[in-house]
Amino acid sequence: MAKVLVVTSGKGGVGKTTSTAALGAGLAQAGEKVVVVDFDVGLRNLDLVMGAERRVVFDLINVVQGVAKLSQALIRDKRLENLWLLPASQTRDKDALTDEGVGRIIADLRTKFDWILCDSPAGIERGATLAMRYADEAVIVTNPEVSSVRDSDRIIGMLDSKTVKAERGERVEKHVLITRYDSARASRGEMLSIEDILEILATPLLGIIPESQDVLRASNVGSPVTLNNAASAPARAYTDAVRRLMGETVTMMVPVERKGLMNRLLGRRAA
Amino acid sequence: MDASAAPTGQLVRMRGRSYVAFVFSPVVPIVGWLEEIDATLARSPGFFVGKPVVLDLSAVDLSQSAIAHLVASLEQRNIRVLGIEGVDAALVTTSMPPLLTGGRSCMLTQNEPKKPEAKPKPMSLLLDSPVRSGQSIVFAEGDVTVVGSVGSGAEIVAGGSIHVYGTLRGRAMAGVNGNSAARIYCQKIEAELLAIDGYYRTAEDIGATLRNRPAQAWLDGDIMRISPLN
Repeated sequence: MAKVLVVTSGKGGVGKTTSTAALGAGLAQAGEKVVVVDFDVGLRNLDLVMGAERRVVFDLINVVQGVAKLSQALIRDKRLENLWLLPASQTRDKDALTDEGVGRIIADLRTKFDWILCDSPAGIERGATLAMRYADEAVIVTNPEVSSVRDSDRIIGMLDSKTVKAERGERVEKHVLITRYDSARASRGEMLSIEDILEILATPLLGIIPESQDVLRASNVGSPVTLNNAASAPARAYTDAVRRLMGETVTMMVPVERKGLMNRLLGRRAA
Repeated sequence: MDASAAPTGQLVRMRGRSYVAFVFSPVVPIVGWLEEIDATLARSPGFFVGKPVVLDLSAVDLSQSAIAHLVASLEQRNIRVLGIEGVDAALVTTSMPPLLTGGRSCMLTQNEPKKPEAKPKPMSLLLDSPVRSGQSIVFAEGDVTVVGSVGSGAEIVAGGSIHVYGTLRGRAMAGVNGNSAARIYCQKIEAELLAIDGYYRTAEDIGATLRNRPAQAWLDGDIMRISPLN
């Protein structure tokens, strides 16, 4: 059964695209057939992070409008043979997306892939609502700061009301992915604590990705973090998140010296 | 003869009384008019059943047999004609409904079939999931109870009281319809704004000592009071 997973946040710059690429590559490394779909029409970035920007011929909008076939627009990753990219159009805007067109493409992708990862644009407008529209699961990317957490709360509310699953009375399975977690700043009390974030969002935690230069380095060379340096701290955190997505129980590693926090956190998750 | 002797037979007492009836005013062609009646019956069968109907023939010039035929046609449609008006008395035979005069028009009060008694609307709204940022819950009919938190940027508007079994981080407006007895209760107060019957307090005016504690807000005259619940 194919799973449609939307990576969303509300706020911009929190790491949606980085996370989509890293989770997509991680799932593909685990043997799943994966496509990452860029919904950020007009401001596409996923092609850069995936290192496929020089191979884009057709895009999502071409397929939505029937100009190109899906198979023509899909770009196969050079490193992982079961990882594909469906890029967004850079010359158009989000109004070019239609509910019906997106629905058709997602239904088509479901027949070809195990995982369909939708990289949502920031905001709560058309691009973001259509990216989440057909989702079965959602990863809400949140930074440990109040503005990001409040925007994530808003997005969770929309996932519970604006998706096809929600309209059918079903639930979109939601996970919070905390990114750019700075253990030094956390220890000085300059960031929202993990507990506070989870208390506000009342949603299970998928993983905590530490703030790291490795993320920037990987983006610059056009490689998902999980592929560029698999031993780096963010890569390991993403790999753990991937295993949790696939249903494994993996101990949550909090990038913090204090062990007590980790234990309390696990207690919360179990509850 | 005894003046006080009781009358032996029952007296037949006549009284006048007026009633309201439907008045049909057929127009020519009668066939077309009857089709119109049929259309009405098709829309709401039984509309005329048991209803008193009077035929006003002043708009048409019908012969005696035509009148008899019209009455019979209506009879076939389960419409019983109570009387006829607007026609020469000589045309009305004894087998026909009697001739009526002196009718006055009035408003028809329709006795609609009674709708099944509507259930009394619930006076409270229960939400058993968190209210997220950007969501607005408006329930002017009564109380709102949230089992979960109310996020920053979320809004609850209630005609009655508001109960939050979680952290209240958003805005809560109780007693919006002028109910000054409404209150706001929450397990943890971090509200952006509290309002009762138009009187409000923003986060800045909520004492720092109350923050993060179970609290209730109520109106004491014109002043909103907030006090801890434990």
